[in-house]
Amino acid sequence: CAKDLNLKPTNDVTSDVVYATPAGYKGALAKVYGSFAQTGNSGAGSGDLGGIDAGTSDFFRLYFGAQELSTDEAVCAWLGDPGVSEIDQMTWSSTNLMLQGLYTRSIYQITLVNEFIRESTDAKLASRNITGNDAAEIKYYIAEARFLRAFQYWVLMDLYGNPPFITENDNIGKELPKQTTRAALFSYVESELKAVETLLKDPRTNEYGRADKAAAWALLARLYLNAQVYTGSERNADAITYANKVIGAGYTLHSQYKNLFLADNNVNNPETIFAIAYDGVKTQNYGGATYLINAAINAAMNPTSFGVPNGGWGGNRTRQNLPNKFTDASGATDKRAMFFGDKRNVDDLATFTDGLAVTKFKNITQSGATAPSVGGTFCSMDIPLFRLAEAYMIYAEATLRGGNGGSLATATSYFNNLRTRAYGNASGNVASISLNDILDERSREFYWEGQRRTDLVRFGKYTDASYLWPYKGGVKAGRGVETYRNLFPIPSTDIIANPNLKQNTGY
Amino acid sequence: GFAFAQSGSISGTVLDTKRESLPGVSVTVDGTTVGTATDMNGAFKLNSVSAGTHTITAKYIGYTTLIKTVTVTAGQTTNVEFLLTAESQSLNEVVVIGYGTQQKKELTGSITSISSKDFQKGTITSPEQLINGKLPGVQIVSGGGQPGAGSEIRIRAGASLNASNAPLIVVDNVPLNNESIPGVANPLTLINPNDIENFTVLKDANATAIYGSRASNGVILITTKKGGSGKPQINVTSQNSIATVARKVNNLSAAEVRDYVNANGTQAQKDLLGDANTDWQKEIFRNAFTTDNNVSVTGKKANTPYRLNIGYLNQDGILMRDNMNRVSGALTLSPKFLDNHLKIDLNLKGSYSRSTFANQGAIGSAIMFDPTQAVNAENKYGNYFEWTSGDVPNPNAPRNPVALIEQRDDKGRAARSFGNLQVDYTLPFLPELRANVNLGYDISRGQGTTVIPDFAAQNYATKGLRSRYMNDINNKVLEFFLAYKKDFKSINSNLDAIAGYGYYDNKRTNFAYASYQFDGTTAISNPVFPYDIPRSRLLSYYGRAIYTYAGKYILSGTVRTDGSSRFSPENRNRWGVFPSGAFTWRISEEPMLKSSNVLSDLKLRLSYGVTGQQDIGSLYSYLPNYAKSSNESQYQFGNEFYYMYAPLAYDKDIKWETTATSNIGLDFGFLNGRLAGKLDVFYKKTKDLLAVVNIPVGSNFSNQLLTNVGNMENKGVELELNGSIIKSKKLNWDMGFNFTYLQNKVTNLTLVDNPNYFQQAGSITGATGNFIQVHTAGKAPFSYYVYKQVYGTDGKPLEGVYEDLNGDGSITASDRYFYKSPAPKFLMGFSTSLNYQRWTLATVLRASLGNYMYDNVSSNLATRSNLLNPAGSINNAPVEFLNSGFTINQYNSDYFIRNASFLKMDNLSLSYNIGRYNFSANVQNVFVVSKYKGVDPEIFNGIDYTLYPRPRIYTLGVNVGF
Repeated sequence: CAKDLNLKPTNDVTSDVVYATPAGYKGALAKVYGSFAQTGNSGAGSGDLGGIDAGTSDFFRLYFGAQELSTDEAVCAWLGDPGVSEIDQMTWSSTNLMLQGLYTRSIYQITLVNEFIRESTDAKLASRNITGNDAAEIKYYIAEARFLRAFQYWVLMDLYGNPPFITENDNIGKELPKQTTRAALFSYVESELKAVETLLKDPRTNEYGRADKAAAWALLARLYLNAQVYTGSERNADAITYANKVIGAGYTLHSQYKNLFLADNNVNNPETIFAIAYDGVKTQNYGGATYLINAAINAAMNPTSFGVPNGGWGGNRTRQNLPNKFTDASGATDKRAMFFGDKRNVDDLATFTDGLAVTKFKNITQSGATAPSVGGTFCSMDIPLFRLAEAYMIYAEATLRGGNGGSLATATSYFNNLRTRAYGNASGNVASISLNDILDERSREFYWEGQRRTDLVRFGKYTDASYLWPYKGGVKAGRGVETYRNLFPIPSTDIIANPNLKQNTGY
Repeated sequence: GFAFAQSGSISGTVLDTKRESLPGVSVTVDGTTVGTATDMNGAFKLNSVSAGTHTITAKYIGYTTLIKTVTVTAGQTTNVEFLLTAESQSLNEVVVIGYGTQQKKELTGSITSISSKDFQKGTITSPEQLINGKLPGVQIVSGGGQPGAGSEIRIRAGASLNASNAPLIVVDNVPLNNESIPGVANPLTLINPNDIENFTVLKDANATAIYGSRASNGVILITTKKGGSGKPQINVTSQNSIATVARKVNNLSAAEVRDYVNANGTQAQKDLLGDANTDWQKEIFRNAFTTDNNVSVTGKKANTPYRLNIGYLNQDGILMRDNMNRVSGALTLSPKFLDNHLKIDLNLKGSYSRSTFANQGAIGSAIMFDPTQAVNAENKYGNYFEWTSGDVPNPNAPRNPVALIEQRDDKGRAARSFGNLQVDYTLPFLPELRANVNLGYDISRGQGTTVIPDFAAQNYATKGLRSRYMNDINNKVLEFFLAYKKDFKSINSNLDAIAGYGYYDNKRTNFAYASYQFDGTTAISNPVFPYDIPRSRLLSYYGRAIYTYAGKYILSGTVRTDGSSRFSPENRNRWGVFPSGAFTWRISEEPMLKSSNVLSDLKLRLSYGVTGQQDIGSLYSYLPNYAKSSNESQYQFGNEFYYMYAPLAYDKDIKWETTATSNIGLDFGFLNGRLAGKLDVFYKKTKDLLAVVNIPVGSNFSNQLLTNVGNMENKGVELELNGSIIKSKKLNWDMGFNFTYLQNKVTNLTLVDNPNYFQQAGSITGATGNFIQVHTAGKAPFSYYVYKQVYGTDGKPLEGVYEDLNGDGSITASDRYFYKSPAPKFLMGFSTSLNYQRWTLATVLRASLGNYMYDNVSSNLATRSNLLNPAGSINNAPVEFLNSGFTINQYNSDYFIRNASFLKMDNLSLSYNIGRYNFSANVQNVFVVSKYKGVDPEIFNGIDYTLYPRPRIYTLGVNVGF
């Protein structure tokens, strides 16, 4: 009779069932990847995480908040949403919900990777009779999972510095993860990426959406470029080495800059190395591309022309600094200037039309068709995390910073490659470049792609009074803020839940 | 023939001392088999009584049995009237307790009960409302004015945070599983209130611990009406009522909106104004008619008392299109065999309801929709005015409230049947021992459909909607117990003991269907699995012994051990043991008091016990499972989309939460029960509290987990007073008063000790992801967590200016503080009835003090940015806007936390009784006195947003007995 108490769910299954077949492994891998494209497992309203609105708990939505809304490039009007006002004005504390959400999302993906690796040991594969090609393919899965884990640890290192550290050797339960340091994490991310760079598939040979060697190289290049910030020692020569590997991997610039950010950017795209894949029907979510596109426009901007006939949330727009980076912000000369509106200055944070809207991202295809989407809101554009253009810029910057192995002439030509594409001809090309040019060019090339805060920190301009934007530091004219804000705080919820953690200096 | 000539008849009535008729009284002719029971009007007739002098006995539970001598003349009818006196505060009244009964005077637990004659009157379609305000320690808050809306029921404030706080409800010994049935607003409405005879509420651990792991939040025992004892008595009742809107949200008029926009808006906004003058709340609400009719037959055929009731209810809601109708049937058979050694009780209840659910989104829309717009306009959205952007409805504007209702067809139906067969056998060779088997079931099916046309603005984006749902519930109960009861005269003792076994199986089948566009062929979403069957089981062993010495010292002990399928068998968490003990001293039986003419009853009760909670919301949270993603949550590799297998957060060590309750009670009665009452003081401490808390990030497959953490304590005082102020043949005046003081506090909520820890609780409407309530140590659950508003010299709140409580020079989320909670400190109920001859006037008042409310209507809508919506519409705002004048929303200001203490008159009724007829007139929700300015100060979770207003209801009723 007591056996009657052993009941099992109808549709959920145990790990033994999931991992019994190669197809099951791929389903588990889909979650490892999908956890940064989606907020949950059962549609747009579902959430893997607690304590935060499901739609808000999306990786790129939160990453955009930390990396863009806190900078000169973007500002959000939704002051009623938890944490937004503090991010807009650089006044966050350790209780900020958006920063807590991003930290949690990144570590969540790491726990999924760890679980996947635990279930993919040689012994487990053998016990499940998975051999031959199937086993070989799963080896690639493991390498890709490790790449994703390295990526999220890089995010945590870049934003939070000293997060908790867990690997496949830490079991699930109530044990307290130990804290790591930024420097130790740098070594770990570097060693993991170097370990998997040989295990991953060759560039451009994997299925779309999955990481290959070039993705690992691109992250290594980015890691080395910022090494001074992370460890106190520059690694510009290594940045050049890995930028070169990416540049030599067979990617080319997309002929049209604007086509990088359309609903069909997953096809015929020679430039993007690794992207988060979204789909308006099969990968629905209120973050990611759906957020990026809808929050950037309002009802007055004809949402239908952006492929979201029932969208337009009117939240994010630029501060004047971004359009001011363009000599002509109309888009007539530098076609990367994709703005809408007539008021550049942000006088009121809560007014969407204070500041120019950004029209860079659209849920329509190159042929002008609206991508299929449930309800006319969800988007299918994929968000590039690494594209060739960045490798060019890393090469140029690392060279200017004195990295061995780079040539200034090559650096200038890479720089001009981007400008030639932007102008459609050589009229925008320059004869020489400075580090300041690099920072501004990065702004024009990568605005709203989630790179800005890292760039400003590297250039010492994130907290400094020498470079201001409206409402930086909570005042309309802008002001410098404490240097400790170059790092975000460890969320107070985790400081409380995990006594192993020590708060970052200043918070 | 011969017999007729030799016999006559006796007819008469049985009344109580207030001259109110007593139905169901057994009237028998001593020494014969002639007997009957009184009808609804207290009347009886005994035919074929042989001529001569007879002794007639009128017997009724709770009343002193009365014997009269009557002389019958052949061929004639003799009239006789019985006036039964209620026994001293019904001290001998039998009260149901778990798995048995006990005389009221010997109760050891904190138990309070109420029978049908004291129920709330009027149009009541859900059983729990019958006892609202009538019992101390019991809080019942309806979800609103929707037909058949459900209620939150709390006994002694509940002992859990994330586990269920609802009491266990047991109907005729069948524990109901507390789950929703789609297709009906509230599963309890599938029980016809007319079938209910008695509610008994078990509160302290001595009373509840016999229900073990389901008892932490109290137990409500419902006894339904049973068969009679003679010829069939037919009773017909009909109640007909009109419900009206008692109060609407006070928002700006069309003229005020027009003036404001003209003075403050841009030209584009001024151009949006219309010429109409529409009261949108008036457009969507209406006066609503309800008819509730019941026919019952009770009697006894051979050895079988029976009762059959058929009910028909048809209730309109005050929100347009809302309707529920319900047909219900109840059959009770209670035959006795083998010289009464074998008793069988068969209870069968069934009901079938059909509901039309109005789109309640219209309530919020009506509050904020521009009053300068007309309802209708010529357009492609079914000719209802709508805000548009380009060619489509503006997604950031409210929808036309009337269209929301008229263009959504949402129909549900639910069938439920529950009942039990109870066989009770007294052993002929050992009459002290009984064996009892109880087989119960509760099955239901709820289903429904929603259809929205493709031109409707509300679902324009998805080209309309066709969806359906269906759920089956199949719960089974098997119980077996042995009961032993014996007087040991030699040692002046009495022992009453039971030992039993229980098996409970709860199974639910949730079917999943695709939803389609209005065309019925284009799918909007497809389920991955065709159905899901959540299921849980409980196995139990239980026992109780009550030992009474000299009729005045009573010791009682219970123990129950439960095994639950929700917990792991691999550790020792699956089984829990829940004991209780109590001592009762009937002080008034002591020689020095026994002869007192003033004090008629005095009893001291002491009890302690441990109960549990296993209804943790989750069925399999100890298992490390993977979930397969839905069709909407796949991930793309190459050109293929793959379902995601996600590992779920789990806690293999999850177990019961346990609540220890101490109770001291005093029962008292004066002047032979004319003034009687009860005083209880209790202290409840819950440990291993089941709560969703933040766990160290990275330690599990989420950042939050339902786990056993922390403690909560709960203390209170309850007082119940009942008195007959005037008691005479013609004039009677009764009063009842109850008082509850409650204090509920979380005392620890962290796996590691930290005073700064809090857990988000109540989320609010407005912006995205805002919450206003938290759980934290040292405060009541659901305490508000807000910024401290700073006010200007004019007394108005300064927008966005808050006190820098942590003194760091800037206002961040760290400056919020804990302030008040929705939980009332004091609850009071007052009932009185004044009877003069055939007339009775009665009322019920209820008060709640110290409960605070978050005015979410004002915080979300009383802003300039709402009125002058930058997204392209003009919206209306509550008049609160004229006071605060906020430009943008200040959701987390304590300005919106308002005192919502209230006094309500629930019920005022007048009835007139003439022979077999009883006429009544009744008003419900008569008035509300409160400082709170919103629609209703009584909202359970303390967050006021677009409540379905509770209507004022005027009812006329008639009751005829044959």
